[in-house]
Amino acid sequence: MITTTQAPEKYLETFEQSRARSGSQPRWLQSLRQKAFERFSDLGFPTTHDEDWRFTNVSAVSGTEFELAQPAILGMERPEPVQFPLFNKACRLTFINGFFVKELSHIGSLPAGVIVGSLAEQIASLPESVEGHLGRYLNIERDAFAALNTAFIEDGIYIEVPAGTVVDIPVYAAFLTVPGGAPPMNHPRSLIVAGESSKLTIVEDYMSYDEEGVSFSNAATELIAGDNANVEHYMIVREGESSYNFSTLRIQQGRNANVATHSLLLSGALVRNNVHPVLAGEGSECLINGLFMANGRQHMDNYMLVEHASPHCNSRQFYNGVLNGNSHGVFHGRIIVHKDAQKTDAKQTNRNLLLSDDAQIDTKPQLEIYADDVKCTHGATIGQVDENALFYLRSRGLDEASARHVLLLAFANECLDRMNCEAIRDGLKRLVVKALPEQARHTGERREVAERNLEEVG
Amino acid sequence: MSLLEIKNLHASVNGNEILKGIDLTVNPGEVHSIMGPNGSGKSTLAQVLARRESYNVTAGAISFAGKDLLGMKPEEAACEGLFMAFQYPVEIPGISNAYFLRAALNAIRKYRGEDEMDAMDFLPLLKEKMRMLEMDERFLNRPVNEGFSGGEKKRNEIVQMAVLEPRLAVLDETDSGLDIDALKIVAKGVNAMRSKERSMVLVTHYQRLLDYIVPDFVHVLVNGRIVKSGGPELALELEQKGYSWTEGQLAGARR
Repeated sequence: MITTTQAPEKYLETFEQSRARSGSQPRWLQSLRQKAFERFSDLGFPTTHDEDWRFTNVSAVSGTEFELAQPAILGMERPEPVQFPLFNKACRLTFINGFFVKELSHIGSLPAGVIVGSLAEQIASLPESVEGHLGRYLNIERDAFAALNTAFIEDGIYIEVPAGTVVDIPVYAAFLTVPGGAPPMNHPRSLIVAGESSKLTIVEDYMSYDEEGVSFSNAATELIAGDNANVEHYMIVREGESSYNFSTLRIQQGRNANVATHSLLLSGALVRNNVHPVLAGEGSECLINGLFMANGRQHMDNYMLVEHASPHCNSRQFYNGVLNGNSHGVFHGRIIVHKDAQKTDAKQTNRNLLLSDDAQIDTKPQLEIYADDVKCTHGATIGQVDENALFYLRSRGLDEASARHVLLLAFANECLDRMNCEAIRDGLKRLVVKALPEQARHTGERREVAERNLEEVG
Repeated sequence: MSLLEIKNLHASVNGNEILKGIDLTVNPGEVHSIMGPNGSGKSTLAQVLARRESYNVTAGAISFAGKDLLGMKPEEAACEGLFMAFQYPVEIPGISNAYFLRAALNAIRKYRGEDEMDAMDFLPLLKEKMRMLEMDERFLNRPVNEGFSGGEKKRNEIVQMAVLEPRLAVLDETDSGLDIDALKIVAKGVNAMRSKERSMVLVTHYQRLLDYIVPDFVHVLVNGRIVKSGGPELALELEQKGYSWTEGQLAGARR
């Protein structure tokens, strides 16, 4: 068990570097960052004594000396993963080491008044548009990683959708970490403001350029959905074998706002996925949907904090986990129903499949209810592939490996089928199918089977 | 040559002997009905035929189309042409009926060295079979059996049978839980599949099914043994006298 680690000196050094290279930022932002760094220094990295981190040991992160990742290296080979053919029609943003790369982005034509691009550029050109929102919602008091991200605010996605505007093509943002000399770290910070009665679909996709090198990506996104706005958010984590990916999605919902957030965690040495919606406006609705598939020694921790702050709000959490090898999954589903949030309807379901004897899952519901007229339900299951279903499929002619594959795909589809955007869903299905043979390695599955199914799904 | 030949079959589940020496021969084109009271071993026999691994065969032999059925995995038996309609069809959320059934058909075709069927050719075939069982087309894209009523699940089993075209169909209590209208639809589907080559084994508790699917032979299974065999009239006799009649006969035979 590790004890509380204070922010190592290295972070002070990198903080100074980051501040120096973004010296032109407005004073309010500089002081926000300063305050956040101080908070991070006070908090230190969490330990497993901390209830919110009971199942996740971050010593691999706190014990590594990371260097501040540098802006994109010009003339470098075009990174393969960015070529994501599914989103050809989407508005595409590329971030390398946390910095927007214009040459690898394609904004296309957007409805009047919509801004999609880089937070750094927005801060430079129109800081007052950012000031009212940036850092207002993300809680840096509680979470050291949120504080760390805020201390290092430089760049990330900036999206602004005016009231009543429908953006009907998805905005797709690829975040790619490229190694330097020492293990790199970056802290992408995104701000998405969807105005009243607007509609937006946004994808964040985190990848490592180097499949094996150690890296640390610590992202945070503030998503503000105005009254009656409709926002669908996708978070994809497919980092390298030695990459650490921490992220926090903080959602602020206005009256009757409807937000869906989908997470797909496919790889990474240590992944912490924080989703924190606050249903602040009456009648708002939130779907929190996720699928995590871990293998080898991967560790994937999903920390949900759903806050009901107003009456007549509705939240649905559905998370499915598939754990194989020696992997460790965590689902922490916390629901807070504030005193005034009468007629809250909150539901939480976490289903897990353990595919090997050494895989592990910790699932923990946590309900804190301060209102007296609410409906809150939660349920978790942990099991193996259903033997009855397996026999049923085999009795129809599918061999055991194919039958297992179909059942895993079916389990994944429960989550994928909740995704509204067909183009994204189909693309993600392909990613999941590709990841499945890794999952089924223990059962002797061959790649041939997966490739055949890929065509069938596609 | 007989299609199915069961000789002195003994099987146990969790150490309890359920089947205590079954002999049964089914020739191509024949429909046999296995009747018996609850707990007599009817469903165990069906599960053993479908090669469920939790059912342990302790003695005896089964030959299916000249091959050793007991040496086959469930998928091999299926690919050789054996189909069991489940008493309790399994729900598989997340996979559509159409996807599932095409994967099954293609697995069987592949085993037989035939080309796989693409979605364009498969869908009309599936739709035709669904019409025969009076199932709405919306069931194509519904997850397998999920949210289906009891009758819809049983009809879906027969749709699968019609698509997979087995040589031997084992229907495990397909009639139980069906109202009379659903029973007629299922029977119509099953009767449409009767042919000179295809054989069927109907496992049932009730004589009612046999009003609609008239078997060539009826066997009465009691306490793990076939105690009486005869023609369709045997089912009627059972209906009148009840299973206690055959149990009495069994006791007499033991004495």
